[in-house]
Amino acid sequence: MTHDSVHLTRRLFLSRGGTGIGAAALMSLLNSSGLRADGRVGSKTVGESLTHRGTARRVIYLTQAGAPSQLDLFDYKPGLKARFKENLPDSVRGGQRLTGMTSGQKTLPIAPTPFAFRQHGQSGIWLSELMPHTGRAVDEMCLVRSVFTEAINHDPAMTLLQTGSQVAGRPSVGAWLSYGLGSENSNLPGFVVMISRPSGPTNAQPLHERMWGSGFLPSQHQGVRFSPGRDPVLYLSNPAGMDDGRRRGMLDDLAALNRLKLEIYQDPEIQTRITQYELAYRMQASVPELTDLSKEPKSIFELYGPDSTKPGTFAANCILARRLAERGVRFIQLYHRGWDQHASLPEHIRHQARDTDQPSSALLMDLKQRGLLDDTLIVWGGEFGRTVFSQGELSETNFGRDHHPRCYSIWMAGGGIRAGTTYGETDDFSYNIARDPVHLHDLNATILHCLGIHHERLTFRHLGRDYRLTDIHGNVVSGLLS
Amino acid sequence: MLNRVITVASTLTSRIPGKAGVWRGVWSRYGIRIFGTVWLLVFTLPVRGDKLQFNRDIRPVLSDACFRCHGFDAATRKGGVRLDLRDDALKPGKSGATPIVPGKPDQSEVVRRLYAPDPDELMPPRESHKRLTAEQKATIRNWIQEGAVYEGHWAFQPIARPEIPWAGQARDAPLGHQPIDAFVSATLRAKGLPLAGRTDRTTLIRRVSLDLTGMPPAPEAVAAFEVDERDDAYERVVDRLLRSPRYGERMAQDWLDAARFADSNGYQVDRDREAWAWRDWVVGAFNRNLSFDQFTVEQLAGDLLPGATFEQRIATGFHRNHMSNEEGGIIPEEFLAEYCADRVETTATVWLGLTFNCARCHDHKYDPFTQRDFYGLYAFFHNITEKGVGDYGSHYRRSTPPWMLLPAPELETALGRLNQDLSDESAVLTNLASQVLLNAADWERQVTNAHVTWQKPWLLHPHVSSNGVTEVGLESVLNLRSLDTNLVVFSATLRIPLSSVSALRFELSRNHSEVAGSTNRIGVRELRVWRVDGPLTETNALAVRPRSIETGAPTDDVAKALDGKTNTSWQAVFTTNGAVVACVDFLRPLPGSGQVLLKIELEASASETNWPWRLAVEATSTPLDWLATPEVRGILLKPVVDRKDEDQKKLGAFRLAQSPVYEAQRLRVEGVRGRAKEKENALPVTLVMQEMDQPRETFVLMRGAYDRKGERVMPSTPGMLPAFSSELPRNRLGLARWLTSSSNPLTARVMVNRLWQSFFGVGLVRTAEDFGVQGEAPSHPELLDWLARSWMERGWDIKWLVKEMVTSETYQRASKFSKESATIDPENRWLARGPRFRLSGEAIRDQALSVSGLMVGQFGGPAVRPYHPSGIYEQVVAGSSADTYVQDKGANLYRRSLYTYWKRSVPNPSLLLFDRPFRETCAVRRARTSTPLQALNLLNDPTYVEASRALAQRMIREGGLTEERRVRHGFRLVTCRQPNPAELRILIQGLRRAAASFAADYAAAEALVKVGDSVRATNLDLVELAAYTSVASTLLNLDETLTKE
Repeated sequence: MTHDSVHLTRRLFLSRGGTGIGAAALMSLLNSSGLRADGRVGSKTVGESLTHRGTARRVIYLTQAGAPSQLDLFDYKPGLKARFKENLPDSVRGGQRLTGMTSGQKTLPIAPTPFAFRQHGQSGIWLSELMPHTGRAVDEMCLVRSVFTEAINHDPAMTLLQTGSQVAGRPSVGAWLSYGLGSENSNLPGFVVMISRPSGPTNAQPLHERMWGSGFLPSQHQGVRFSPGRDPVLYLSNPAGMDDGRRRGMLDDLAALNRLKLEIYQDPEIQTRITQYELAYRMQASVPELTDLSKEPKSIFELYGPDSTKPGTFAANCILARRLAERGVRFIQLYHRGWDQHASLPEHIRHQARDTDQPSSALLMDLKQRGLLDDTLIVWGGEFGRTVFSQGELSETNFGRDHHPRCYSIWMAGGGIRAGTTYGETDDFSYNIARDPVHLHDLNATILHCLGIHHERLTFRHLGRDYRLTDIHGNVVSGLLS
Repeated sequence: MLNRVITVASTLTSRIPGKAGVWRGVWSRYGIRIFGTVWLLVFTLPVRGDKLQFNRDIRPVLSDACFRCHGFDAATRKGGVRLDLRDDALKPGKSGATPIVPGKPDQSEVVRRLYAPDPDELMPPRESHKRLTAEQKATIRNWIQEGAVYEGHWAFQPIARPEIPWAGQARDAPLGHQPIDAFVSATLRAKGLPLAGRTDRTTLIRRVSLDLTGMPPAPEAVAAFEVDERDDAYERVVDRLLRSPRYGERMAQDWLDAARFADSNGYQVDRDREAWAWRDWVVGAFNRNLSFDQFTVEQLAGDLLPGATFEQRIATGFHRNHMSNEEGGIIPEEFLAEYCADRVETTATVWLGLTFNCARCHDHKYDPFTQRDFYGLYAFFHNITEKGVGDYGSHYRRSTPPWMLLPAPELETALGRLNQDLSDESAVLTNLASQVLLNAADWERQVTNAHVTWQKPWLLHPHVSSNGVTEVGLESVLNLRSLDTNLVVFSATLRIPLSSVSALRFELSRNHSEVAGSTNRIGVRELRVWRVDGPLTETNALAVRPRSIETGAPTDDVAKALDGKTNTSWQAVFTTNGAVVACVDFLRPLPGSGQVLLKIELEASASETNWPWRLAVEATSTPLDWLATPEVRGILLKPVVDRKDEDQKKLGAFRLAQSPVYEAQRLRVEGVRGRAKEKENALPVTLVMQEMDQPRETFVLMRGAYDRKGERVMPSTPGMLPAFSSELPRNRLGLARWLTSSSNPLTARVMVNRLWQSFFGVGLVRTAEDFGVQGEAPSHPELLDWLARSWMERGWDIKWLVKEMVTSETYQRASKFSKESATIDPENRWLARGPRFRLSGEAIRDQALSVSGLMVGQFGGPAVRPYHPSGIYEQVVAGSSADTYVQDKGANLYRRSLYTYWKRSVPNPSLLLFDRPFRETCAVRRARTSTPLQALNLLNDPTYVEASRALAQRMIREGGLTEERRVRHGFRLVTCRQPNPAELRILIQGLRRAAASFAADYAAAEALVKVGDSVRATNLDLVELAAYTSVASTLLNLDETLTKE
């Protein structure tokens, strides 16, 4: 059954929009779906979870799939240069488990980054030479160098990052927010996903629909994938030969017939269906308008870089992300794949950085110049970090890095984030966290907090238990907040 | 998804404090606050009898608000206070205060704390985020006043044998009034809700056909039923539907959700798996009406039955349907634990209606189950000959044992022939070996003295396809440039100043002066070599063998450029400043008179655009056979007497590898072996359970972590439930028998409830997945028990149970909402009207295929791949592989949706839109959403556009000559009924409008009716067909069409 709060707001929308129906029907609508699975008033938990005024109204999550190396991008460890090829001290590793990919290796030789780091901006934050554009925006962001997770392989780790659990079946962050806050635009989904493939010759781990799935939440909260090409949203275009005029006529007939049915049956689901067909029709106009970049000025393409004119690239998706944010979409998730550098890291990471550095920074600047950065939360990061030691052969210019869940770096910006700061520290090897650890659950709690939601209160009753994004964990990290 | 709209953001700032929080604030702004209040009162208060009842009135409140800290789990119990058992609740806690003093609320600590003014004393505590309403507090107080009588949780009590509450004498009950109706009427009388009458026959036959077969009735069946005046006309329809093989397909749908059945493994790369034989077994089991106890036994333990049949072993695939991981680098034990836990959770949900996952890490917070209970069940499933990790190296069918081969006579015959060939060819090879190894001394001399010199040829006539540039450089080097990353074809002629050529050496390198030090690659798809001074037809390409330059030993890499296959290539990867070298030698040296003329042709693609690279070629007359590896040279230096057996073996092996004749035969043998392997891999399998000879030891896993073992446990069932009989074997077979023993209070209730949910839309227990304390109590407990008890007494006969439900008056009622039912009971929990719900995604598609005449009714077999939007795999699949959805052609586009391929990482998008669960874990209740994306799917998916056109063809051809007759025909095909005049008017107007529009745009008409692969009727006017297609699409999108009414 559809979820009550959804109906409720839809009804309210309709009554505002002038297409509403009478009070009696409204009442029956509310009643028809006003009960949660456990018989309580479902919206209660959503309502009660809104404990304070949020600092952000929407999220743009720039997910870097495959796990970017913190050592070569964000976490500057100058002392490692002198330790080239030394074995990682046992005292540092502390018996931590390795993946099956390096557990057979006889030595764990330290691989210092071959990339130069320098300080940027007023804040003087150290970044690698691979991130020059990010460097220009560094005063807008908080660089978190002490994120950690338990998962050590991609599939469970990405599932944990996105859903708060390594085990499949929980709702994703975006689904929780869509459930909790809905969309601010009636013609677009509340949760949009866009995916880009790496430009370089690199190992791209697969993604699964579950990573933006709705789990046990009603499935309308599932992320809607926007793709480049004829149908940005699945089945959006009318079939050949069915132009807008014919479609409109057909939909008018359909609505008239459904209204006849509603008169006889009085089933509020019929009214819902009539409404959904109208929404579908409006999406046929609003989505292409949204994805059409032809009216963007040249300066915008210059800002986002040369890839931004190619549909489906991370850069083009970043422009779309801004357009979605402008239109009030609640949760905008970009995935850029290809960060899994078990070998040839120095070469492959260049491509990855080139794909993402300029567009990410451009997005920040673009939002700022439009006054949208203040209430848009941006998160940039992957599912875990990478090891300080080399996987496979190590030379000064070539090596690989294995998975490393114990610490890694992400950055956040906008909507309530303390700008121009860093948070957390790792040890000299970027192997363990030295100060202010941030678990993924803490990160999620903080994201919800920025949206005005108490993470312990946004729950959904499933299998007899009140589930939440942060499970039984998570603390808001106030050090990240302005 | 699109429907939560504008108001929420504003409520962030305009909330009004109060128990209804945000929502009340919103309502009041719209002047509908009163509805909210009424609504709360009506739906949060139980219907009150004279006295409060613990299970109905008290337990839900205590469970939700108190049991987390004062319940079953001793580890988290606070203050020594336990409230779920009466004896404990009446004892003083650590503070000395007594939680409950029966009859004396004022002396009960519970009451004091519920009303405590001091926030530090108030219960539930602030950090729990739970709050009780004044109503709830008062109810608890009154209950204590009334004596604080406890009841055991209803679901754990034995299944009762309730009296049927006939209104009068049973024999006086009107025709069709069945026990179900007696129970339902008794409740309705108490509530004073008016009953809907029986629905009309047309609606009824459509309803029951969709419910029992997942398909609409044929028009003839509708017509016959409408005029059938026999008393048992309806029963005859039901019996016919229950005999239809479509019944098994329909019933399998829900079971497949519960069994998390899918066609792929679900983790990481998510390769396919093969388990369709199990799915077909389920369909067959429902069709032959296998009793539910036997259905249970065969699926959980068919392999353990004495003399287990092939079919019974297929049935055990049930517990191999969980996700399986093949990812490199995972720890097998971790995933073994994951699979076993999944089996426990699935078994508990499907048979017991219990949420056992809670007990994986700690004792259950709400239900009386311990962590030990969890691992007791786990131990039953922990002895399977499975591996925790699959094997990417093996064929997907063979990756996750245990599996069982299925019969495939044709493949088996072909495999037999290949195996015969293999043994014949191997015999030839053995013979050859003994011949080749003769004259060892001569060979040793030759090899010891061999030396290879390479000769640079003249390069003539370089040529390149238009996307490349080439020129001859210094030292006979060909400078090349790929302008794009597509295939570039180069050719050149070599004039080699030698009297014979036995081998060529190719060297690929980057043009360092232009390229920075990044990684690039060249993929050489094909490399061809011809003689030009002999007849051009004489090609030596097949005679070319790839060799390693250092040792002369054969290599595989270059072979990929010589195999004539366009899907393989020799990948030359440049990471550092090196060259990539390969040699090819000829089976027999090519003779020449002072020079040899060869033509070479290369098809290659570079990883970068505008990318410069080089090719150098050299030739030699020395046979590469004579080159020995350093190891072989070492052995040859030793006197024969000093050589070990091992040395001689190595020499023999090397010599054989050097022999062109032997090598050719060896390749032939390998070829046959490869083909045999391929055939063998093609043999279909199905995943099964198979017990290990030596069972694994099972331990409680602390916090559920695979590597934190606690105490050892033996297979056992939860202590709270009826004992595991000592006569039962302590294995899966015993477990299955225990689940279906008549003393088990859960299995029958749980299954009855799910079947009820299938037909009535909502279960008697709404939380079909949770019969525990946190689940919802049954709306009709006596009815549930009567059905469960009677069902068991009838030998768990599923068709009997189904028939009992669908022939009840309750089921046959009209589904129109009355004013009372819409306001008092909008969800129809008291069953005053008939069920009305949106159809499943499967049924919606099957119905469209059926009414349009496109449906291909073939049963079973491997999954099929119907229409599917392009491009959605490519964005997400692994690596750079070209894994894509390969759509079927012909009949498989029109099979029932049950057979549609289900890839867990990228599930079929249209079924997903209609709430099909992901099938990653067990699901026993589907959501039923209504979204704009569904509308887009039904309007624009080629599936439905094509179905509309096919339906339009039926309307025109079968309907008659007038517009009205044709529209009526279509309407009746889709909805089973006749349109009323208003409906007819709208449709005919729509038809005329579309016809006029298409008449003015012939190309549009042509384009619309072209959609889909099925053959279009050629003798129809395209404009007319397009117009009817538009009307047919309207019909297929009607709310009524998408709804079981």
